[in-house]
Amino acid sequence: MIALSDYLILSSIVFCIGLAGIFINRTNIIMILMCVELILAAVNTNFIAFSYYGSDLSGQIFVFFILTVAAAEVAIGLAILTLMYRNRGSIDIDVTNTLKG
Amino acid sequence: MEFTSILFYVFSLFFVGSSFVMIVSRNTAKAALWLILTFFSAASLWLLLEAEFLAITLILIYVGAVMVLFMFVIKMLDTDQSTLRAQFTRYLPLGIFVSLIVIVQMTLVLNAGPFDLDTVGLPEQHGASYSNITAIAQQLYTVYVYPFELAAILLLIAIIAAITLVHRTQVKSKKQNISEQINVQAKDRMRFASIKKNSTKESK
Repeated sequence: MIALSDYLILSSIVFCIGLAGIFINRTNIIMILMCVELILAAVNTNFIAFSYYGSDLSGQIFVFFILTVAAAEVAIGLAILTLMYRNRGSIDIDVTNTLKG
Repeated sequence: MEFTSILFYVFSLFFVGSSFVMIVSRNTAKAALWLILTFFSAASLWLLLEAEFLAITLILIYVGAVMVLFMFVIKMLDTDQSTLRAQFTRYLPLGIFVSLIVIVQMTLVLNAGPFDLDTVGLPEQHGASYSNITAIAQQLYTVYVYPFELAAILLLIAIIAAITLVHRTQVKSKKQNISEQINVQAKDRMRFASIKKNSTKESK
């Protein structure tokens, strides 16, 4: 039978793949947003596995709220991306250094 | 080996494999398509965990709305791939190194025993009349009703913010502006242009 630890290991592997994706594609904002989505999917799998094996529905409801917040985040993120492309003509992260922080 | 175990390993293989292909693919549009496959396998895994409502929600909202929005932006912006991928191999060893360390650490901790079958055990089995959607709705509309309404307000704010950010105001209406009409000057109405008499460009 599949134990809880199998699901936890699977989601940790996918989480690390998403982390590596942010490292590798760190100049492309769209890829970074998609890697964040990947990380969120891994975390949600964790929540649902705990909810199933612990027989508690609160985990699934938390995943529901995470999906809501992630959808709002993507909508605003892509709007900012469109605005940035309109103003600068590029979505390269290295171009966005005008603040000189 | 049980049939659900085989299903778990098949879906896990798709989940890990397609997410790995996604992060190393050089084309952003192809990466979005691989991410769609990743979401589908994640939804299948959630079905194995008896979270039917969230599995359907993942497919409907993520594949149907969010990834279509991603594809729309990718195709609309038409980014230059060569400059975006210039530093691709530079951070590849560091990324793989960090992820391998985290994977090994998490596997060591999770395999140590607090989450295996002897400690946690199997979940309680539900009958055929058990409905996941009914159970979630009973929780969501009683205990979590205020967070639910807050989530609705959050989505409304997201809509307003996204529209405000990207909307361009266009002046299309031809309504009468009385103060402009009163304040108009004679020099605004008529413009004198000086034209040369013998223009040589007309003969060509």
